[in-house]
Order: sequence, then C-alpha cells, then structure tokens
Amino acid sequence: MSKYYVNKFLYQVDGDPELLAAYKADPAALLERWELERGQWLNRSERTTWLSFTDREREALIAHDYVTLFELGAHFFLSLTIFIAIYDEDYASEFGPLSFQREYGANLARWMGTDYPSVAL
Amino acid sequence: MATLSAVLATTHHPFYLKATTAPPEERMPQADEWKRKVEAYRETLTAAKPDVLVMVGADHFHQFFSDNYPTFLIGKQPQYDATFYNETREFGIPPYLLEGHEELSGYMLQGLMDRGFDFSVSHELKIDHSIICPIITTRPDADLPIVPIYTNIFAPPLPSPKRFWDLGRAIRSVIDEWPGEQRVAAVSSGHLSLELGGPRQFGETGPDPVFDRQAIEWLRTGDIDAILANVTHESMTASGNATHGFMDLILMMGIAGPIEASYVDSLDLFHTMEAYVTWYPEGAPE
Repeated sequence: MSKYYVNKFLYQVDGDPELLAAYKADPAALLERWELERGQWLNRSERTTWLSFTDREREALIAHDYVTLFELGAHFFLSLTIFIAIYDEDYASEFGPLSFQREYGANLARWMGTDYPSVAL
Repeated sequence: MATLSAVLATTHHPFYLKATTAPPEERMPQADEWKRKVEAYRETLTAAKPDVLVMVGADHFHQFFSDNYPTFLIGKQPQYDATFYNETREFGIPPYLLEGHEELSGYMLQGLMDRGFDFSVSHELKIDHSIICPIITTRPDADLPIVPIYTNIFAPPLPSPKRFWDLGRAIRSVIDEWPGEQRVAAVSSGHLSLELGGPRQFGETGPDPVFDRQAIEWLRTGDIDAILANVTHESMTASGNATHGFMDLILMMGIAGPIEASYVDSLDLFHTMEAYVTWYPEGAPE
C-alpha cells in the first residue's frame, strides 16, 4: 500500500485542469497515463523507481471510490477537493447546493463515532 | 521599537466572498449577517492603523506536498502571488499580488532561529486561501506588505498545541525587538471544529459546536492553561478530522499573550462556526 502515491496522484491531478478533465472523462486511461508520465518522476529528469499502487488503490482511483480511499487513509482534503471538482456542479444543478458533499458524508456514515483510518504516512 | 498594534485570530471560511457577492436570488439567508459581522471585525484592524501584517496560515497541499512538507516556514520575498487554480475553481477566490516586507521577514527568520525555531524559508512562495481569506475579510484593499508564516496543521505528524503557543510567544518577542517605528499587526486564520472528507462534513453546524463555544471562551479570556490542559491532537480529531487548524488560533493567542481579548464575535454557519477575535496587547487604539 502506498498512501503517499495515492495522495501524489490526487494532488497532481487536482492541481492541473487538463489532468482533472481527463480523470473525469476516462479515469482508467488517465491513471495509466499518469503512472507512465508522472507517477515515478520526482522532476523532469529524476525518477523515484520504487513507487507503485496496489491493485486496490488502482481500482479505487479508477472507480472514483472515495469511500475506499478514505478507508485506505488517503488524505481527506485531497479526496474531498478532487471529487468536488468532478461531481459538485452536476449534483448541484440536479439536486441543489451541497448535495454532493452531503452524499459523500452520508456514504461514510458507518465511520461516525469511530476512529477514522489514519492519514499519517 | 516596533509597536504590536493588534493581533487578530479568525477562522477562514473560503466561501465568504462567493456567499456575500452572489446575486440576490442565490444568496444564502445568512449572507447579510455574515457580511455585517466581517465588516465590524475588519474595523478592529483598520483602527489599529497597521503598517505591516505578519500573517499566519497553512498551505493546504497547494504548493507543498508530502515530498517536502515544512513544519514551520516563512516567506522572504518582495512580492507574493496568491490563489491557486483549484481555489479559484472551488471557492471563486480571485488572484492577488501582495507586497512583501522582506526586511521584517529576514529579521523574523533570524529571530525565530535564535529562539530555537529552525524555520524553513521560501523565496518563491505562492499564498493560498489560509492567508487570502483573512485579507479578503480584514484588509480587502490588500494594500499592506506582508510577512507570511506557514505552520503544519495538516499533514501529520503535527507539532503540539504547546509548540504553537511557544511559537506565538517567540514571534511576539521578535516583533517587540524589531527596530523602527512601524506598527505591526498579526493576523491569522485557522479553524474551530471542522470535518473535511468525513461523515460529519457539511452539516447544519460545525461537527462540534460545544468545543467551538468553549474554544472561543478560552480565546476570549486568554486561558492558555485550560487550552493546554484540554486540547490535544486526539481531542481535536474527536471534534472533527480537520480541527487542528485551531492550533493557529492558539499561536495567535501566543503572540497576544495570556490576556483578555478586546473583541470577540462568532457566527454559527453551515459546516463550521466562524470566530472573530482581536487582542490589543499594547492598548486599544484611540
């Protein structure tokens, strides 16, 4: 498991409008492209050779599955921000303001009153 | 010596600008009350007639990430760009270009190092909403030079609440020793109880209104002993997974010292409670 690598994906994609649009349109293709072009790259010339996703992490990212990402300990701010970017506008126009954020919280309801999975690395 | 003209500790609700500038048919019911409270709070800074702002905030994974996330960082630049693409996208906050006060940044950096706080320093820092939100609320003309200080309230492991208090005391000591006649104000934004990306997010109130009221009372009375006896990383987590931004408010009380606040207001909003606290450690402005 690599919470760091999951967070790196969320961080980089959320901060880049072109990557974000691609992640919304075709998550599997974008994930593959990101791993090839960016995931293991520290900068344009230096590589971090050992970083990789587990199958569960990869599947959760492809499925936009923020519940699993929460349970894997992905950073809550990164997950919330990127999925708001992807879903908020569509939800708000159909179901009203904050409807996506409230559904997101409701889907995590089983964690209410318990210790959440740690986001510490 | 410089004068510490005011210390302001406030929450930063990134939707303030959007909420109070939306067309009437889209305005939330509390928008007018929110605007009135913010404008009244702004007066506490305006009245202090500051020349320079020492601003404390925290980068929300905008510039800094876990490949190299600083615990404490200061910017030392002539100017600062502000507002990241994803903040404009989500919150509707526009870009800013703020003047920097390089001399005070350098003096502060050395002074904090001398006092046992080994800061990181950035010469290409871009400011995020933790500092731009209080600019929008307390100094919307953005016409004063700033010294930005970032703390880690975000990427564990975090420094202790006591460390934030001690850092506030150290910042105060450096400001007190800064030669010159300038009037310095310290302005910070943090949080009360807050949940992000968890089951308690975006509720009708913040996740722990009982903590919120207690926290405001601690700030009002300058009761650092009660804060340090009651507030731990674990207790903040229990109040909401992003409550650790309260430590930046503890830091600000550290700059003011264990004294009563001169101005305290709050507003119970959806998602989180707002707090507006001002201390005048060297006496209220005339």
